[in-house]
Amino acid sequence: MKSARLQRAAVTAVSSLLAVGVALVISAIILLVTGKDPVKAFSTLFGAAGEPKVLQGMANRATPLMISAAAVAIGFKMNLFNIGVEGQMRVALLTTAVLGAAVELPPVLHVTFLFIVAMASGAIWSGIAGWLKVKRGVNEVISTIMLNFIALALVAWAFDDFFRVESSTQSLLVKTKDLPKSAWMPDIVDRRLNGMLFIAILVLIVFWVLIWKTKFGFRLRSSGGNAGAARATGVNPKKMIFISMLISGALAGLVGMRALMGDVHAYQNNLAEQQGFNGIAVALLGRNHPLGIFFSAMLFGFLGEASGRLQLEDIPKEISTIMTGIIVLAVVIINEAVKRWDDRRIQRKAAADLDAAKSANEAVTA
Amino acid sequence: MSATLTSPEATTPGYWKSLSASRRTMIIWLGGLLVLSIVRIITDADDITSSGTISSTLRVATPILLAGLAGLWAERAGIVNIGIEGMMIVGTWCGGYGAWKYGSWAGIALAIIAGCLVGLLHALATVRFNVDHVVSGIAINTLAAGATEYLSIIFFKGKPGGGESQSPTGKGGYGEFDMPFLSGGPIGSWDTPDILSWFEKKKDWPLVPDLAGLIRGLTSDLYIPTVVAVAIVPLSVWILWKTRFGLRLRSSGESPQAGESLGVNIVRLRYQAMAVSGALASFAGAYLSCVFTSTYRQGQTGGQGFIGLATTIFGNWQPWGVFRGALLFGFPSALKFRAEKNVPALLVVFAVGLAILAVYMVSRKRNVIATSALAAAVCLVIAYNIIDDVPSEFVAATPYIVTVVVLAGARQKLRPPASAGQPYRPGDSH
Repeated sequence: MKSARLQRAAVTAVSSLLAVGVALVISAIILLVTGKDPVKAFSTLFGAAGEPKVLQGMANRATPLMISAAAVAIGFKMNLFNIGVEGQMRVALLTTAVLGAAVELPPVLHVTFLFIVAMASGAIWSGIAGWLKVKRGVNEVISTIMLNFIALALVAWAFDDFFRVESSTQSLLVKTKDLPKSAWMPDIVDRRLNGMLFIAILVLIVFWVLIWKTKFGFRLRSSGGNAGAARATGVNPKKMIFISMLISGALAGLVGMRALMGDVHAYQNNLAEQQGFNGIAVALLGRNHPLGIFFSAMLFGFLGEASGRLQLEDIPKEISTIMTGIIVLAVVIINEAVKRWDDRRIQRKAAADLDAAKSANEAVTA
Repeated sequence: MSATLTSPEATTPGYWKSLSASRRTMIIWLGGLLVLSIVRIITDADDITSSGTISSTLRVATPILLAGLAGLWAERAGIVNIGIEGMMIVGTWCGGYGAWKYGSWAGIALAIIAGCLVGLLHALATVRFNVDHVVSGIAINTLAAGATEYLSIIFFKGKPGGGESQSPTGKGGYGEFDMPFLSGGPIGSWDTPDILSWFEKKKDWPLVPDLAGLIRGLTSDLYIPTVVAVAIVPLSVWILWKTRFGLRLRSSGESPQAGESLGVNIVRLRYQAMAVSGALASFAGAYLSCVFTSTYRQGQTGGQGFIGLATTIFGNWQPWGVFRGALLFGFPSALKFRAEKNVPALLVVFAVGLAILAVYMVSRKRNVIATSALAAAVCLVIAYNIIDDVPSEFVAATPYIVTVVVLAGARQKLRPPASAGQPYRPGDSH
């Protein structure tokens, strides 16, 4: 049992690495075709890995990705595809920025209050999609895409018409009222690495415990795996869908908090942009497992941080976005190929065992 | 899905039921126009049915229409295409590049070829490798955005008129024309009379200037690519519903196993459908960068691929439905663009629509829905009287809100292809 599980984990890890390798090869071809030197590009990119500055930046960028990947992964565990993390994050960002600046609380309490507000507002927004799915049978992929755009418009309108204040020092930057110091998330390394990293790791640990070590998690996984069987054991699939959508949205609410509480300390346009979407790629590469998510987030964080170096070599840093896209496609294709290969391997093994047993049987009877 | 499908006909009045489908459609269109006409007279918003607004609605709606048709072709064959946005982005880039290097038509041609290839990539992932359709679509969106940004830096940066996120201006146009007689287009060297514009100026008549504005808007200042795009609607109806190929393609979306058992090559059909879908989406993109403007700009699509997806749903996976949806979704933006002070009149239009819905719901004894629709209508009328401009964010969000409401409220009337997005492997059902 133990060795079989270990074997599976090894296969998963190898196939994920293979996907990254494939992405590197294809990117190299793209670089070559467009007249850039891939060797120089990759040595610049990975040469940066030794510098502490880059590593700190990597962890900092990975922080929101870990949380948004967890938000996506909890949906995947339940066969739900929450594409709405971006919108849920955006709603939570503005709500938290406004409410956080409106109250006065002692330091630790203030931060806790902000986390609660963020999670609640994210959950409310994802709850709409959950309600639509459970009560009206609306596919969550479509509803969360639409709700993303609605959130974008709603937040932009609320910000522009009600909550923006002209910043006194930088007149060009429009933000909401600044959060008081008590609501800030302290840095681990000044201006480089924010303490939110610990929260993200905590989220991954809680995610792991919740999904694999609790009754709730078992029910969640079983209704995602086989809804019919789950219903037969007394699990209410609609309730599970709604709850997992709420949890997913609550986590989505936390995604933007590094940018809000640890960096800008107010809401502004484009704050934490794309961090909700990028979680999807991280969750896919990390195979919805906390450990996988951790490493994938670090990888994407590294690509984001180090790709700036490419500019110096006259190579567009957008090659890292291309790599992200290829990684996503490669990882799902390779997973499928590996699954088919594994199925065939098990089938062949079973057939061989059967044949052996049969011939042994025949030998006995003869 | 289909288990909950109840017949909406059962409770509607008998007279309505006795009408043929085409007559019903005509009554709905005329009714809609009448509402617009009344609102125009009440609110003095002359531009809501002017030919200028309709003409620019058509122009705004064309890329949405093409994107919606891209969604329709894919889903009819059983593939969910979330990658429309990405395919559109490819189209904008290729259109911009082609128009700059070789001329306007080459831009569209290049975009269509590239779109086919991206569509085939989606088909390769979803059909050959059985990848989740949504995941593949997301990957395509990411890839398209990254690739076009990367290529822009390589090809456009430093060129005259071009830059990191923008192509140089494209060469050549597409020949604008007006319909003779109706909208005063020339025949040879003779300028025909512009009959409709005469009717359109009689603003104090009901309905007549609105009808004239509608027809004139649809027949004046036309670009050939617009006409081609609109012609794809009946063409799609014909191909998908009147040919053997179309029947097979739809069988691939409804029940691939059944099609397969009858000897239909589902895999090949899905590749073909995705090539068409990709080409349409990419054409939509090229329309933005070649026809609507004459340069590629990064982020030009601005989510229109997703509006296209919404249109596929709103149009109930029917080409003419998609056409209706595209006009409806394009209308507020076009009005905003042309006559901003007329936008609040749309609130009244919405209110009238909701009031009609309320009456209909009362006749079906759905009192809760009727009351809330009426309450919403009253709120809209009040809002119209207080505010003097609708925030542009609401105009932008209208298509998405409408789609969510339609999905939540009228799902019994929606008939998506039964197998769209389902995993399928040839031979699995044997």
